[in-house]
Amino acid sequence: MSAAEKLAQRGVLPTLRFLTCGSVDDGKSTLIGRLLFEQKLIFDDQLAALERDSKKHGTVGDDIDFALLVDGLEAEREQGITIDVAYRYFSTDKRAFIVADTPGHEQYTRNMATGASNADLAIILVDARKGLLTQTFRHATIVSLIGIRHVVLAVNKIDLVDYDETVFDKIVADFADFAESLGFRSITPIPMSARHGDNISNPSARTPWFKGQHLLAHLEAIDVEEDRAGRPFRMAVQWVNRPHLDFRGFAGTISSGSIKPGDEIVVAASGRKSRVTRIVTAGGDLDRAQAGDAVTLTLADEVDIARGDLLAAPQDRPQVADQFAAHLIWMADEKMLPGRSYLMKIGARLVPASITELKHRVDVNTLDKHAAKTLALNEVGFCNLNAGAPIAFDPYAENHDTGAFILIDRFTNSTAAAGMISFGLRRATNVHLQELAVDKAQRARLKHQKPAVLWFTGLSGAGKSTVANIVEARLNARGAHTILLDGDNVRHGLNRDLGFTDADRVENIRRVGEVAKLMTEAGLIALCSFISPFRAERRMVRELLGEGEFIEVFVDTPLEDCIARDPKGLYKRALAGEIKNFTGVDQAYERPEAAEIVLARNGESAEKSADEVIAQLIERGIIEH
Amino acid sequence: MREVVAEFRNPVMLYSIGKDSSVMLHIAMKAFFPAKPPFPLLHVDTTWKFREMISFRDETAARLGLDLLIHVNDEGVARGVSPVASGSSVHTQVMKTEGLRQALDKWGFDAAFGGARRDEEKSRAKERIFSHRSAQHGWDPRNQRPELWRLFNTRIKAGESMRVFPLSNWTELDVWDYIAEEDIPVVPLYFAKERPVVERDGALIMVDDARLPLLQGETPRMEKVRFRTLGCYPLTGAIHSDAANLDEIIAEMRASTTSERQGRLIDHDESGSMEKKKREGYF
Repeated sequence: MSAAEKLAQRGVLPTLRFLTCGSVDDGKSTLIGRLLFEQKLIFDDQLAALERDSKKHGTVGDDIDFALLVDGLEAEREQGITIDVAYRYFSTDKRAFIVADTPGHEQYTRNMATGASNADLAIILVDARKGLLTQTFRHATIVSLIGIRHVVLAVNKIDLVDYDETVFDKIVADFADFAESLGFRSITPIPMSARHGDNISNPSARTPWFKGQHLLAHLEAIDVEEDRAGRPFRMAVQWVNRPHLDFRGFAGTISSGSIKPGDEIVVAASGRKSRVTRIVTAGGDLDRAQAGDAVTLTLADEVDIARGDLLAAPQDRPQVADQFAAHLIWMADEKMLPGRSYLMKIGARLVPASITELKHRVDVNTLDKHAAKTLALNEVGFCNLNAGAPIAFDPYAENHDTGAFILIDRFTNSTAAAGMISFGLRRATNVHLQELAVDKAQRARLKHQKPAVLWFTGLSGAGKSTVANIVEARLNARGAHTILLDGDNVRHGLNRDLGFTDADRVENIRRVGEVAKLMTEAGLIALCSFISPFRAERRMVRELLGEGEFIEVFVDTPLEDCIARDPKGLYKRALAGEIKNFTGVDQAYERPEAAEIVLARNGESAEKSADEVIAQLIERGIIEH
Repeated sequence: MREVVAEFRNPVMLYSIGKDSSVMLHIAMKAFFPAKPPFPLLHVDTTWKFREMISFRDETAARLGLDLLIHVNDEGVARGVSPVASGSSVHTQVMKTEGLRQALDKWGFDAAFGGARRDEEKSRAKERIFSHRSAQHGWDPRNQRPELWRLFNTRIKAGESMRVFPLSNWTELDVWDYIAEEDIPVVPLYFAKERPVVERDGALIMVDDARLPLLQGETPRMEKVRFRTLGCYPLTGAIHSDAANLDEIIAEMRASTTSERQGRLIDHDESGSMEKKKREGYF
């Protein structure tokens, strides 16, 4: 019997995960504290600590300040705001609950999205005195975007408007207008006072006009199950279990559908099929497993399956594409840059991915669409993405497990964005790479060299182009086949449509990287001279190329020397404010951390630096001695 | 757990011998079946654990055929640190927090499973399932990665590590229900029995060996007690109880009006003290 079936048999209702959201003083934490208190879930020792703390930090005079029970961290206690997501657990005779307490402070939208991603229901709090605020719209939009279908509109502090029915009705009507396009399946308005306990876990005598259920009764009764087991089978392979040569099992948690021995499955990305032979668990093999069960499957055939592959029902397969459209919620301090390479984690799969186009930014307060070039922290946008390899997915609206992803910043390793796939843009299966008869090694062999990219990076005026020119002349004299791509020259042709914003700089380098790659395919040594201020883009080019082909040459000239030399007169103009986004002046240069060649130029001649590069190329076997 | 094994170079499971560790270990046995969990167990021994805990630990590792690593902060022992002589907070800092950091550095673990649950304490309620630690093992609650859906960002830089809490969303009652359902062995100290105890600062302390100096007027009495939580014996208060089996424990739990860590003297040093310990690298 599967775990889910066991629970059902014991008559245990599935745990309800819900989140609370509202503005700073709407009383979220007080509401949760009150719920726990009325369920007698605050232990005596906790209550004693609470009474102590209420005297010290409390904002409600001699009463117990329930908010202090849930506002955990010291810093936020002092500021009086919740800065993160806190989880609380309680259960009644009917059901267990997991509560995510999420912040109301404007700049912490990302935490709300985090809390929402694992919730089935949202309680949106509104202060009866203030009515709907900008944040209320924002919270409702994010809740809807994350795919929560059930909402409780908690009109709190109803005591402060003398339990007035008309105030309540107006808020309910206003919210219904706004929420019309948000696709909620249920909206349940409840008038309440968290501080005094009206309509929390008991019906209130002070709102006789309210005919609905009190909050707890509603939470205990609501059915949020979306029948995951009834949908097509999906399981991402988390780990391949290979204890010895005679056993090869594929371990994962079933996202949707069910499976039994004998069922046919397909590896979504490769299209390879096989049949399930056993469903292995420590408690013995199962006859059947379903959504939510963590299992290990063995298959009838030796199919090539690795971590990250999605196993699916052959008659109802997920989409497979390397380009798709998705909503992104940006979560990093650093802005989103189209063209930059991020790591995308979807299911158990990790692939490089970049945003090819930001179609529009969504104003979460009004749902309006705005043209935009980038997304900042807490902004939401609709984008086209390009993954480094075809991935299998379902649209997020159909399956959260197989349609959700995160983007990870490759340098800081922070989670930069949460994404929800809307649809695939192109079936990758239709686009095959042409197999070529002659490869780059063969082309290079004729030239007696190894193809490589010499990437000169450094500040403007550091001497990149000067050194690169001399190096190319020397290589040419030795009979090596080369090409030189220079930043200024490329901007006159291929990249004439690009400016100097962060986003354009990223695209500039991406295009140059692709051109340099083509040059190495031709067997050439490509010398590229670009300021290329960001590590992420230099790394992107490195990853386009084969092992050992990318040679980063850091032309390390102190900024003062560059300013003093100022060969093009640009620093003078930048320092005067005439040129914006100038590297070293008002835009950062990120120094390479592990360049293959570092040319420390403290007065060394360009010739001497060029000698150093040539010596390195010989040592690395790029050219012959 | 499978996620950690797939993504990290050198994981370890922190095994503290308590009920949460027992459940976590049981789940690991299931997750990797028919293989054994592909990581060792690590116990940071403060040398003041109950004797029954130590024998249970050794039996468990032997029964399951797992590698058990034991680390003692020898420096702390040499300095004579003990809960009796140094007080609870110094003892915890040196023998547990520093001991743990030493052990993680010694074997170069890049991921460590812990049995902590979010329902235990307020600052733990905000802990991630995958909790990122600096190269110095510190925790920065303001700089945590958002955890969306079941997608975990497992990327770390060289020298950094991850603490992973698979039981984050379990409650104390969930743990006991699961122990009963899956018939998981736990240390007998959880079951009520006549034990020698003294009452000190409102807590019932078991006299587990001769190292506990008795204060004036203290005489160990035999009383029927059990433990809800297990730590160092001089720092862990017992409760009066007749619950001698799992069903009785669960019934007692449902009627309980005090929290689990109430018996843990180290949490009460000062308000917010768990958060301070965590920033310094405590679990």
